[in-house]
Amino acid sequence: MAYNHKEIIANRPSRLTSGHRMCAGCGAPPVARMILRAVKPEDHVVVSNATGCMEVSTFLYPYTAWTDSYIHTAFENAAATLSGVEAAYKAMKATGKLPENEVTKFIAFGGDGGTYDIGLQSLSGAMERGHDLLYVCYDNGAYMNTGIQRSSATPKFADTTTSPAGTKIPGKMQSRKDLAKIMVGHHLPYVAQSIAYMNFKDLYEKAEKAIYTEGPTFLNVLAPCPRGWGYNTEDLMLINKLAVETCYWPLYEVVDGVYHITYKPAKKLPVEEFLRPQKRFKHMFKPGNEWMIEEFQKEVDNRWQELLDLEEMTNKNKEN
Amino acid sequence: MGIRERLSGNEAAATAMKQINPDVVAAFPITPSTEIPQYFSTFVSNGVVDTEFVAVESEHSAMSACIGAEAAGARAMTATSANGLSLMWEMIYIASSLRLPIVMSLVNRAVSGPLNIHCDHSDAMGVRDSGWIQLFSETNQEAYDNLIMAHRIAENKDVLLPLMVCQDGFITSHSIENIELIEDEKVKEFVGKYKPEHYLLNKQEPIAIGPLDVQTYLFEHKAQQAKAMEAAKKVILEVAEDFEKLTGRKYGFFEEYKLEDAEIAIVCMNSTAGTAKATVNRLREQGIKAGLLKVRVFRPFPAKEIAEALKNLKAVAVLDKADSLNAAGGALFEDITSGMFVNNVQVPTVNYVYGIGGRDTTVEELEKVYKDLLEIKESGKIENPYRYLGLRGEN
Repeated sequence: MAYNHKEIIANRPSRLTSGHRMCAGCGAPPVARMILRAVKPEDHVVVSNATGCMEVSTFLYPYTAWTDSYIHTAFENAAATLSGVEAAYKAMKATGKLPENEVTKFIAFGGDGGTYDIGLQSLSGAMERGHDLLYVCYDNGAYMNTGIQRSSATPKFADTTTSPAGTKIPGKMQSRKDLAKIMVGHHLPYVAQSIAYMNFKDLYEKAEKAIYTEGPTFLNVLAPCPRGWGYNTEDLMLINKLAVETCYWPLYEVVDGVYHITYKPAKKLPVEEFLRPQKRFKHMFKPGNEWMIEEFQKEVDNRWQELLDLEEMTNKNKEN
Repeated sequence: MGIRERLSGNEAAATAMKQINPDVVAAFPITPSTEIPQYFSTFVSNGVVDTEFVAVESEHSAMSACIGAEAAGARAMTATSANGLSLMWEMIYIASSLRLPIVMSLVNRAVSGPLNIHCDHSDAMGVRDSGWIQLFSETNQEAYDNLIMAHRIAENKDVLLPLMVCQDGFITSHSIENIELIEDEKVKEFVGKYKPEHYLLNKQEPIAIGPLDVQTYLFEHKAQQAKAMEAAKKVILEVAEDFEKLTGRKYGFFEEYKLEDAEIAIVCMNSTAGTAKATVNRLREQGIKAGLLKVRVFRPFPAKEIAEALKNLKAVAVLDKADSLNAAGGALFEDITSGMFVNNVQVPTVNYVYGIGGRDTTVEELEKVYKDLLEIKESGKIENPYRYLGLRGEN
């Protein structure tokens, strides 16, 4: 894939305009912008957005920040809604109701609440039915729009408003769900995990593949939230970097079931580097709570090893 | 001249959908409407229609996909019953607020719980304030005819509201009756092409649908929906007029059966009207001036017109096939009586909740209702306006 990444970053206009109301230091808008930059300039997009921060901040009547067509209906059904749009496209193309030479791509954006939790059934249904669309989860690890409630994407021990770190219970007591693997279990042609890091190269390239691979594709993108995570707004990119360099958020893609880790840190940093700048993990650093950091590290290590094993196994299977 | 056939209510609905040939059908199986997507997917598999059939994983997704498809610029249809409609409930309101003329075939069934698969109207009554047009059908023929008229009403520029055609689960959905179908070409011409003004798939004019709509605008948007519902009244009658020219079959807001000189009358919806007509005939033989008003258009509610039609009666019984559990009376009763009150019509009116969960309602029972009305006519008194009909231990 020969292309000039810098030129695209610098020159390709953003399809999500400035002037929206997302918070300073929020990880979601750069993710949406970069994914939409991967759409060929001549192609049209219909964006389907689950209820959440992104939706309420980008389309407050009568203003919209989206230059493409956009639909929001409810919280749990961005995938089902988009599957209807895509079915309409197929039917209308087949019966000559749309111009032959025009291409429309379909991209859904949902937060982790709308994707891991309340929207999981709708997502699973749309993926199984094989609609030609990309679903992007911008994962900020809690219900941020309603005020930082825990979701099944919230990491263990995180302090949220429905899993508060108290004197008896030290934050969320359950591990986070692995949604990308659930999507792999749907045998999709393309599933990837990414983040806005290293000039967005990883995100851009995966978005382009996901958008232009025929069939249902899925991107899980970590999108930190300064309000919910408790970091300084200017540190967004640092947090992203630490998520990757500690292997808390591994970057990988699964093409037709074959795993490929797209970035392996030369020196894996201890996970406390990622945890320390975030207020939601503050209680883990109190004397006597060292076990929490140890347990967290163990989970990250196990999941990283599991990923390495899957990469080895699926590539070996491919060779055979 | 139409085509004479024998079809069940579900077959009639599926046949109408085949002739309409929508772009997208998204549906999920639920008794007693399951046959509609079944028959329809056969049409899809055999290439009889051009439709994309989306076999969704729930009714919530069925309505979501219909909303997506209709917003995209397509004609979208679905079918459901009872709990299926309950699961759609959130999206039902969103469909009408986005002004998407989706058409649904609703095969009426009792909403759980406990679980019951048989007919009553609790599903339709549960969404009566959702901004959908609701047409009720006594027979398979009416279920078919109402569907053929549906898009012309829903898609009218002054209306742009979703529409559901109701028929009684099992009673009509699974009963085979004679029916007169319209030729395919004539249906195609009557229904016409869908030409939305704004739609997602128009690359030349990208649009955004479904905003966050706060104190500054939501009120105005709701008022626009109300205005569209008001406008639908005129459009429903215009479309019925055109339909009559095509088929000779006449439709209005309601049907009056021997009402003109009647002293007592029943008001009801869907298949019970057939039983009521038989009862009226029997009573007329006995010299009793009985009549019937069968409501076809429940939303928009033709309050003034119904009040006008009932004004000369001496006593009226409104039959509700769903209980509102409000210690006051069923939904149809409340709408009829408030409509009469507002329009200065004073007729003693009583409510019977009947047929819940598919409980059979017979000519004999309706005869008893008319006899009750005769008593009310004589005495001018109503002891208890909120009654049950056919409840075990009460009759």
